[in-house]
Amino acid sequence: MTLPAATLEITPTAPLEFSGLARLARRHPLVLIGGGLLALLIVLALSAPLYAGDPGNMDPFKRLKPPSGEMWFGSDHLGRDVFARTIFGARISLMVGLASAACAALVGLLIGILAGYNRTFDSVMMRVMDGLMSIPTILLAIALISLTGPGIGILIVAIAIPETPAVARLVRSVVLSVRERPYVEAALCGGARLHKVLWRHILPSTIPALMVQSAIVCASAIITEAALSFLGAGVPPEIPSWGNMIASSRLYLAMAPLTIFGPGICLAVTVLAVNLLGDGLRDMFDPRAKRRR
Amino acid sequence: MQMHKTIRHDVLLDVRSLETHFYGEESVTRALGGISFQIMKGETVGVVGESGCGKSVTALSILRLLPKLTARTVGGEVRFHGQDLLKLSEQEMRKIRGGKIAMIFQDPMTSLNPVYTVGHQIAEAVQIHTGVSRSSALTKAEEMLRFVRIADPERRVSNYPYEMSGGMRQRVMIAMALACSPEVLIADEPTTALDVTIQAQILRLIVDLKERTGTAVMFITHDLGVVAETCQRVIVMYAGRIIEQASVMDLFARPMHPYTQALMRSVPDRRRGRQSRLPEIPGIVPNLRDPIIGCSFAPRCPFAIDICREKTPVLREIESGHTAACWRSEEIVCA
Amino acid sequence: MAGYVFRRLVSAIAVMAMVGIFVFLLLRLAPGDPAAIIAGQSATEEMIAAIREQLGLNDPMPVQFIRWVRDMLGGDFGTSIFAGRPVLELLSQRLEPTVSLAILTMILAVTVGVSFGVLAAWRAGGFVDRILTAFSALGCSVPVFVIGFFLIYFFAVRTHWLPVQGYVPIGNGIALWFVHLILPTVALGLGFIAFIARVTRASMLEVLSEDYMRTAAAKGASSYAMLFHHALKNAGVPILTVVGISFAYLIGGVVITETVFNIPGIGRLVVDAINNRDYPIIQSVLILTSGLYVLINLTVDLTYMLIDPRIRY
Repeated sequence: MTLPAATLEITPTAPLEFSGLARLARRHPLVLIGGGLLALLIVLALSAPLYAGDPGNMDPFKRLKPPSGEMWFGSDHLGRDVFARTIFGARISLMVGLASAACAALVGLLIGILAGYNRTFDSVMMRVMDGLMSIPTILLAIALISLTGPGIGILIVAIAIPETPAVARLVRSVVLSVRERPYVEAALCGGARLHKVLWRHILPSTIPALMVQSAIVCASAIITEAALSFLGAGVPPEIPSWGNMIASSRLYLAMAPLTIFGPGICLAVTVLAVNLLGDGLRDMFDPRAKRRR
Repeated sequence: MQMHKTIRHDVLLDVRSLETHFYGEESVTRALGGISFQIMKGETVGVVGESGCGKSVTALSILRLLPKLTARTVGGEVRFHGQDLLKLSEQEMRKIRGGKIAMIFQDPMTSLNPVYTVGHQIAEAVQIHTGVSRSSALTKAEEMLRFVRIADPERRVSNYPYEMSGGMRQRVMIAMALACSPEVLIADEPTTALDVTIQAQILRLIVDLKERTGTAVMFITHDLGVVAETCQRVIVMYAGRIIEQASVMDLFARPMHPYTQALMRSVPDRRRGRQSRLPEIPGIVPNLRDPIIGCSFAPRCPFAIDICREKTPVLREIESGHTAACWRSEEIVCA
Repeated sequence: MAGYVFRRLVSAIAVMAMVGIFVFLLLRLAPGDPAAIIAGQSATEEMIAAIREQLGLNDPMPVQFIRWVRDMLGGDFGTSIFAGRPVLELLSQRLEPTVSLAILTMILAVTVGVSFGVLAAWRAGGFVDRILTAFSALGCSVPVFVIGFFLIYFFAVRTHWLPVQGYVPIGNGIALWFVHLILPTVALGLGFIAFIARVTRASMLEVLSEDYMRTAAAKGASSYAMLFHHALKNAGVPILTVVGISFAYLIGGVVITETVFNIPGIGRLVVDAINNRDYPIIQSVLILTSGLYVLINLTVDLTYMLIDPRIRY
């Protein structure tokens, strides 16, 4: 079984036979830049214990120190190493961002496919999705978290829920267009089981759009996590995250700006990397969009 | 000498070695390979050729309406009243467009702005070039609608394009073009997108209005039948060049280029209904991205001999007022 | 057309009903006793019982729901547990700063974003376009609060050009009010500018390649008339859609911006409500903002008809 025609149609020039990074770099530089940057950040975050100091270590004699060879970003108001905290914060941001994006993508995919196949489910579910989309992401997440209090698990759920409708709608629209295609109808008429058709023809055709949307959701999730932590509704204060670092240092902006700009810039770079990857993937899967944009 | 001077005086538009290139990602397309022709006062000149031969590019180059990023006129002159239009500032050029030289386009369904009334769109042209008030421009618009014989102009003036048929929209386009009494009207396949019956009406309208206003018309078409009905002189283009130029009578009586001859054999019978867009001549048009050696028509030409494939023929006067770019015109004219 | 408006209204009401059920169930279906959740960990049995009584949690759920909806339709959004005052009263006290910030941000984002997008599309691939590409990548990636602290640091802390934070009611002088809102508006607006500019550019590019744009050029129309008169009105529907949709983001952004700049608006009220577990406030804000969102998008849909005469549904 080769790739289904639907995928090919959505990706007329998708280079499925990469002959190397050089070619990828030339044709889709954004994928390489964004993906490379993201990979670098993940490696840095995972290997944090190898080179960064202890993020929780307080030293009352080294409060709000400027950057030095020992502490690259200086220290915060409790004398903690801002660089170490930033690097360890990357783990939380990336973990929460990727996990929320994965949850939203999977649940959205499921809802989207079912909605594309069952009219009753579709009409109910799409109203629910409309409702969810009408509530600002941050407020919805805050409301969910306020039920249990801050925690990583609820945070991932609270971020994933508001992001799900966009994924579900996208998948649904792809399913609706693919199921009308002649080869799907032919497969069904030929006696193929519905679940087989779904698995073989419909699911693969949603993959490109799903990947692009996942990147967008991931970027948005990382921002939401940081915002929630900044507002005090996200990661508990004892775990360093970019959002709560910025929140706890806000009074010391004038004295030690790096306590805010360090995590702030890392946050921006991370989101930028994911966004670039998403843009690159979209250009790759839909070359027409590149020309239009 | 005296004779020569009066002829010069009558020349309205004098195009000299006009050369336009299109720039692709990795290639340059020589859409116009240096063409020269003149349009006299009050004259109707037909420009004929297959799609992609450079007819429309010629018109757009004259008015400098080519897409700025992808196309550029790299050489030649467009003399109008002794001024080279290619050297004018963008601001001076705007006064020419729609004022002295107006243009109507192929597809009336897409050539009018959908969100403004037709009256508004005609009035805009009037306002740009005469600076009259909005209300008198609208009065003029209504007058123009009557001029192009649209029934009920008082009501139609406040219609949106989507409320009109294709033929009526083309009338609106003509009204817009003629609103400022231009000296030259460039009509780029104005009837191609219309139904056959409507085509005839629009053609008659253009011929008729031309008579009444004395405007010179450059009539671009791929249909020799249309040329015979409307024009005095014909320019035949092929692959970005002019390959034959003559009065309509001469051209139809004694076509001197094998391409023109082939075109005439494939003139569709208009009574049979909608004509095919492309005359059926075997072979393919050369790719203008590649340098052309010899005559560009040689690969399709039944008369091609060695010299045709080696040296590019230049346009030369074979009979008085009848020029052709073919090495063998004298031989084939009677063939 | 009346049919269309009616259908749109029905679907708007359906969406609101969904939101209502969702918000209602949120507290009831959460693990644990809702009254205990609201009361917090250190609450005594009596406090929990009092809250249960106050919220009517002892009644069956459908009864609770109907009472809740009826009260809201009658303008009663409940009472703040922490402040002990009606939620609507608390919200109305905090309305001015939030509305000021939201409106100024929208004005900034639409005017700058649309002009930016139009110019970028006009010379696609040119200088302005490149700037926009870079700017929109940044604008979509840098969170509001990071931009906010950068602005505070460079334009207030270092240079003292603008106030660091705070809010001055418009009644205390419009100049002072405006000066305090400049940084918050810019911080919140940058992302929207990028977003709106991007959509405007894409929409304009499509329109600029239309045949009627060439007709306008052949008429002798100026670049300004071509862009802002002929093209922009045609490109308007997608732009308007984006403005409508971005309202939900705007509210989310306002909550954060108010915290960064210490503006006593509804955003601060909500953030305080999380810490105090003041659930009636959170619930009401959810309902009201989503209601406003639905209303704005309904208006946007109906406005299409004013822009494009072809749309008659």
